[in-house]
This record gives sequence, structure tokens and C-alpha cells, in this order.
Amino acid sequence: MPSPKRIGKIEFGLLSPKEIREMSVRKIIWADTYDDDGFPYPQGLMDLNLGVIDPGLRCKTCDQKASECPGHFGHIELAKPVIHVGYTRLIRKLLRVSCRACGRILLSPNEVEKVVGTDDDQTGDQISEKDVKKERICPHCGEQQLKINFEKPTTFSEVLVDDGKKVEHKLTPADIRARLEKIPDSDLVSLGINPAVARPEWTILTVLPVPPVTMRPSIILENGQRSEDDLTHKLVDIIRINQRFKENQDAGAPQLIIEDLWELLQYHVTTYLDNEVAGCPPARHRSGRPLKTLSQRLKGKDGRFRGSLSGKRVNFSSRTVISPDPNISVTEVGVPRAVANEMTIPVRVTSYNIEELKQIARNGPIRPTVNAPCGANYVIRPDNRRLRLGADNLETVADMIEPGWTVERQLRDGDVVLFNRQPSLHRMSIMAHRVKVMEGRTFRLNPAVCPPYNADFDGDEMNMHVPQTEEARAEATILLSVHENILSPRFGGPIIGGIHDHISGIFMLTHGLRHFKKEEILYLLRFTTIEHLPPVTKEENGTEYWTNKQAFSYILPAELNMVFRASSCKNCDTCKKELCERDAYVRIFNGKLESGTIDKKAIGAFDGQIVNRIIRQYGMRRAAEFIDDLTKLSIRAIMLDGFSYGIDDADLSKTEFGQIEDVLNNAVLDVDRRIKIYEDGQLEPMPGRTVEETLEMQIMQVLGKARDQTGQIAGMHLGLGNSAVLMAESGARGSMLNLTQMAGCIGQQSVRGERIVRGYDGRTLPHFRKDDRGADAHGFIKHSYKGGLSPTEFFFHAIGGREGLVDTAVRTSQSGYLQRRMINALQDLKVAYDGTVRTTGGRIIQFQYGEDGTDPTKSAFGEPVDVKGIVESILKEEV
Amino acid sequence: MVPDHIITSEEEVKKLLSHYSITTEQLPKIFHDDPAVKAIGAEVDDVIRIVRISHTAGRAESYRLVTRRPKK
Ligand SMILES: [Mg+2]
Ligand SMILES: [Zn+2]
Ligand SMILES: [Zn+2]
Ligand SMILES: [Zn+2]
Repeated sequence: MPSPKRIGKIEFGLLSPKEIREMSVRKIIWADTYDDDGFPYPQGLMDLNLGVIDPGLRCKTCDQKASECPGHFGHIELAKPVIHVGYTRLIRKLLRVSCRACGRILLSPNEVEKVVGTDDDQTGDQISEKDVKKERICPHCGEQQLKINFEKPTTFSEVLVDDGKKVEHKLTPADIRARLEKIPDSDLVSLGINPAVARPEWTILTVLPVPPVTMRPSIILENGQRSEDDLTHKLVDIIRINQRFKENQDAGAPQLIIEDLWELLQYHVTTYLDNEVAGCPPARHRSGRPLKTLSQRLKGKDGRFRGSLSGKRVNFSSRTVISPDPNISVTEVGVPRAVANEMTIPVRVTSYNIEELKQIARNGPIRPTVNAPCGANYVIRPDNRRLRLGADNLETVADMIEPGWTVERQLRDGDVVLFNRQPSLHRMSIMAHRVKVMEGRTFRLNPAVCPPYNADFDGDEMNMHVPQTEEARAEATILLSVHENILSPRFGGPIIGGIHDHISGIFMLTHGLRHFKKEEILYLLRFTTIEHLPPVTKEENGTEYWTNKQAFSYILPAELNMVFRASSCKNCDTCKKELCERDAYVRIFNGKLESGTIDKKAIGAFDGQIVNRIIRQYGMRRAAEFIDDLTKLSIRAIMLDGFSYGIDDADLSKTEFGQIEDVLNNAVLDVDRRIKIYEDGQLEPMPGRTVEETLEMQIMQVLGKARDQTGQIAGMHLGLGNSAVLMAESGARGSMLNLTQMAGCIGQQSVRGERIVRGYDGRTLPHFRKDDRGADAHGFIKHSYKGGLSPTEFFFHAIGGREGLVDTAVRTSQSGYLQRRMINALQDLKVAYDGTVRTTGGRIIQFQYGEDGTDPTKSAFGEPVDVKGIVESILKEEV
Repeated sequence: MVPDHIITSEEEVKKLLSHYSITTEQLPKIFHDDPAVKAIGAEVDDVIRIVRISHTAGRAESYRLVTRRPKK
């Protein structure tokens, strides 16, 4: 391996006219490209000296074929110099800091030294426009300086004061070039320019390089017509005008015409370099599309840098919509047959697998059903010739196969593939799954792996990549497997676990004490390899019963011991433990669920206490099995009772509506009373606040409390029998606030944390009196979503809702850019074998990774060791 | 609040560099006009040991090479 090199310096310079002529292989004088026979014109834009793109021809410069010839530059001699748009700011600066007569910097050596420093002690600063006062007198020759005006894109002018009137005198590029030529080399250094590689007059073009045809190839359309590249179009324009300019000049055309042509030439050269310059109408194609010229090729997301050099595309990948399948393992991915038939894995033929591979080749490229064995699309001979397998040649090709050949076998069940969803924000965005070929057109995944991908099924698409080598497959299995990624390095807990219906289902199954008949318990555990049912707990009228807790215990590893409180725990002052009326005290003793409800806290993604403990005690693989069992059990549990939500589930009875009405009316009265106190000037301001702020805070508080009360009234009426309450309680989805807003009262709408105040003069809407400070005039919604909003309420709701949308839009774009910068800064750091974090150059960033050398993935939710959990699991007691 | 900054002796520096098999160039840097550097009177090219009290590691040591702040 070559030893790493240090970059000593980077030099940026300009091409001098001499260099441009030297590197040119041909002077281009004709705007035409091809003659009637389709042969390039000599000295035209497609001259054969500039390289070749047509397969049959040979380059006149290097005598190579189209595939080998790198292309060569030509040049155009411009009739008159023109400004390079990319350097207008530099030109402006130079004109402003240099003398119009002698070209020296408009500063005395002392002044220069003050900015730049002496040779031995340089400040690192360079002279800028600000260091030179406008319109001063040259300290070297005494010439009075004039103000230089710059007008975008390329117009420079001097301002003369004549009889107190300001007269603008336009500078031609030739004038400017003459002035820049006069700046001595010695003065350029203090301006930050190295005259050896960049004389300032080179920013004014006298000769224009013509790029090789290889970077602006013409394409032949279906109708046989040639279509030229945008750059060629632009060069044609330049040559035409240049030609006309020369003719007029030679014919001694009037100054006015010369100036017009000069400006036109400037326009074409400007848009050739950059077609998005401010103050310059973009050059357009005949169709009206703006041309993509030099700068546009480089800039932006799809430009050369971000699009072609940093951006990469890959083969052996596929993409389609995703949909859920709770019956496959979290480590699997359902692959449509059409995709599996198209994507292949190369297998080298050996004496051990030759018969199998011959059979695969015989199966051919079409796999009729998901259960049919996989076929192959190509076989590769030892001389790297590819033979496509078709219906007609299966037998012949299969018989030819010998050790040393390669068979490109189709995907089949159990193959390792990488699965990815963008944006790939963390490492769990790409994980390795095992293929399961399925009918249908979507990728199928277990909903428990949605959290790491942040996927849902509202039309999300995902990508699948097929590793092609043994190394890649080994790496994928060992490092990227789903079960290796259950723990997130973000918080040191499981990121894969039950979601939504898994949590509702397991909650419904394990809440309180229930008894199941034999059919029911067998239905619940049917997916397992159960051989013996646990002991019967109850016998009644000759029927045997098992408990719900037994059903759940069945999927737990034996010897699991833990104690924790469920999501539904209300943190009572003195916990009643096993006797908790909410059944929130979870206790698992030797793999048996003794008490408590299993919910988000126990098995949810991000929380998953049980999942976490299983990983620490039994490893990742067992945890993945547990998650598989859990998803299946919970889905069966939820199907046992059924689970749904409808509009009438938010219904309350007359009593509740009456109570809610009372609460809201009282709150509005309370608000009015406080407004009255304020208007009477009796309101005592809170420390550090104005009277108005105090009133606003009081109103917000009163109304907020009223809303919460309506929620409590609704919650009292709707028990766990209500699906929304159950989901909120178990942590599956939604909160009591959502329920409050559906059944009780939506509450105050706010913009930037304050009541809505904007709108008309002194009021939010014309429906209210001016200076009304009441609840309804500033966005308090006393109706519920179920009950329906009044028109004004609806409007306020839209105002409040918009803020949320804007916030998310701004937040995602900001955090996306922040992430991009972070990744760019950190991507090449790695932990060395001695535990230090180092750059690729071996420079130390941290002496111990994270100062403590702890892998956050293996930490216990951020703590180095989960002492409490370990002790409890050994003592089998809460500590 | 500010963790301990201590100038390390020449021997210690030698040991440090050989332990991590690095040159002083590969150490993290601290500018000569950093208040913490001024407070202990360290000079350019000195190596400073910084001892932080860490919640997870207890005591975390790191080293920085004093360098002149480049002029803009
Ligand atoms: Mg979506
Ligand atoms: Zn060539
Ligand atoms: Zn002068
Ligand atoms: Zn409790």
C-alpha cells in the first residue's frame, strides 16, 4: 500500500491566453458542425482533431478510436476581449484598489504593511476594497481616482463629475484589460493573488478554449436527425457573433454597431459559462428550455460534484411498495416472485455442487410459483462469456456446465439481502433480511421492524440489494442482520418491538385475569411448536380452563425474572404491587407472568423492558424469536375479541354533555370575570410581567384546566371497554388528550404559544367586537371533533394547525442539513484497536471513545451497567 | 466547571507519544491564547493534560498540544 501523503498546498490559477493556445490542437473558425454527408467540417466545432465520438472514425490528433481518445481542446480567437463572468467580483475589486493611471495599489507601503504585515510577520490578511477609500488620490503618481460602478452581470463604468453632474463613462473589456495589465506583480501578492499563476488580465478573455467533443457529444434522434449538445449550441452562437464582429470591424463599421456586437458577444460568452447569472436573461433552446451550460453542469444536487462524483448508483437492487405481514419473522422479508426471478446470485460451479447447479440451469429463467425451485438467468463460461438461458437452450447449456463455470442463480428462500428505507438516518436504516419469495407485487415485512426503518404502509417504498460475494454475504449476516440490530446505539435499548395492534392485543390478552377454554388457548398458541399445555388452573362443570397469563408466559424463556411497572401505572404514592387495581405491577418469576399487564413498557419498540432483558440474558437471537412469537400471539389475541373504533365510540351520555357544558360555561364566565377585573384596572400583575401578559396567562390557564376537566369527564364515562382508552392506556397509540379532543373539548388554539391575536384591527375576525378579549374571540374551541366546530372555531383550528405544518417542514429541512454537515465531518473517524478515536491520518480525536470507552448500544439506556435489573433478576425480588 | 489543565513534563510526553505511537502533530490541539492555557502559563508546543470528572467513566484524561492561533 502506498504510504499516506500529506497535501502541502493547493494552487488555484488562471489559464493564460498563451496556455489556452498551447493546449489547443485546432483553431476553430466555423460555426458549422457536420456537412451534408454527416462528416465533421474541418475547423468546425466537431473537427476531428478535437476527438471522435462516432465509432468508426479515428481521432486526427491521437489516432485512437472513439473509446480510447480522451478528446482534445481547441480554441476560438475572439474579435475583442470579453469579461469572464466568474471573475467580475475580482475585477471590481482590482479596479477599485488600483490606480487608473499607473496601476499601483492605492495605498502607501506603510498602509499596505498595516493590513498585510511584514514579510516575517504576516497577518494572513489581504487588502480588500474596504481598505481603500473611494475616489482618493494615488499615492504613487498623484492621479485623482474615479468611482467605479459595477452593474450586473458584466458592466463596469467610471463616474465622472462634470459641472456638479455625474456622468457615467462605460469601460469596455479592452479598457479594463489594459488597466489590469498595469498592476505590477509586486502589488498583486498583497491582494492575495500569485502573479506566477494568475495575472489579473487573464480574467478578461481574448481567446476561448473549445472543449473536446467528448464532453459535448451530439446524439442521433430516432428520425435520424442530429441533436447537438447545449454547449455546442452555445459555441455555435459565439462563433457566429465573433465572425460577424470581425467582418464589421474589418469593414470599418460605425462605433454603435461595433458596441452592439461586442455586447452580444459578451452575452453569449457569459451565458456559455453560466446561464443563471443575475441580471442576464438565460439563453434558451428553441423549445424554450434554458440551456444547461458549463456552470449548470457542475452546480447543485444533480451537478457533477454532488450528483456524479459523490453520488453513486448501484446494480443488483430493486425497489417497490411495502406492505405488512405479521406472519413472517422480523428477520425475513417477503419478495415478490417477479423480483426474485430477476435478481440473481452468482454461484461458482465446483465438483460438489455441479449437479444442483445443472438442475437450476435446467429450471430456466421462469419460476412459475413461489414454491417452485429457483432457476437461473445466465451462466458464465470460464472465459467470461455470458450465456443467456432461454426456453430453447436450457438442456444444451446445462449439459455444457463444468466446474469453473458460474451460474447466476435466482433468489430463493433463505438468501441474505439488504433492505433499506430512505432517508437512511441511522445504521438500522439498512438491515439484512432473509428472503421469502411470495406472490404479489410488494415487499412484505413484519410490522415490528417498522420503527428502525421509520416505515409505514401508506405507500412507502423500500429498496432491496442482493450481495454478490461470499464476503458481502458474511458481512451482511454478521453485522447487518435484523437480530444484530434490535438494540439501538441511540439510547441503548431495543428499537424493534411491538407496535400499535401488537400492544393493544397483548394488553387485551394479559390485562387482569381471564380464563380460556382449550380451543381458545390452542388458538392463541397455535403458531408455536407447543406439545404440552401448561397445567390447568380451573375446572368448572367439567370444562378445563387456562389463564391469560399462562398464555403469555408460554412465549417467555424459562428462568426469566423481572419486576417493573407497566405504562398504565399511575405512579401511586404507595404502590399496591400485586394488588394494583390497574394490574400495572408486572412481576415475572421463573419465566411465568405472575401479575401485571404486558404493554408498551414491556414489549414496545423503544421501551421493551422484557425484550431488553432477554437480549442481555439470552442474546439477540432469542430476543428475535421472542419478538416473532410476541407479534403472532398478540395478533391472535386481538383477533380473539376483535378490535375496532367507530364514530359512536366517542359518544357520551346526556349527563356527561351536561357536565361538560357546565365546566365550559363556568370557564368562560371565569374568563369574563378576569377580563372585567383587568378592565377595571384591578388586576395585580405577576412579577416580571405586564398586566396584559398576566391576564393572558390567567385566561390560558383557566381554559386549559377546563379542557382537561372535560377530558376527565369523558374518561370517566369511557372505560377500558372503549378502544381509544385502551390504546391510550396501553401506549399503543394516541393519548388521553386525543380522546379529550374527540369527545370533550378541543381547547385553545395557539400561535407561538399565545392565543390567536392576529387578523383585523383590534379583532381576529369580523364576527367579534373590537377589543373583545373573550375566550371565543381568540381561538378557544369549546366543541369536540365529534360534536363539530362552528365556522369561527374551524377557522381558528386551521390557523393553529398551519403552525404545526410549518414547524415540521422547517424542522425536517433544518435537521436534514445539520445531519448532512455532521456526517461530512464525522464519516471517516473510527475507533482504533487501542480504543482511541482517530482520523484517517491517525490524528487522535478522543483518547477513549466517548471518554469512557462504552459502546452506547450495549449500555443500559445510557447507563454503563443496569445494576438494578441484574440484581432483581438474580434475587427474583424488587429492590 | 473548568476541568483541570496541567502542563505535562517532557518524560510524560515521551511516554504518551510512544504509548499511542504518534507524533505531537497527531495530538488534539489547543490555542495558545485559550484562557485555560493562559491560566497555567503554558507555552506553544507544551502538552497539556486535561482531567475531566465524567459521569460514566469517573475520571477521563485527555491531552492537547498548545499551538499558536493562526491569524485569520
Ligand atoms: Mg409513509
Ligand atoms: Zn484524440
Ligand atoms: Zn497612480
Ligand atoms: Zn399501581
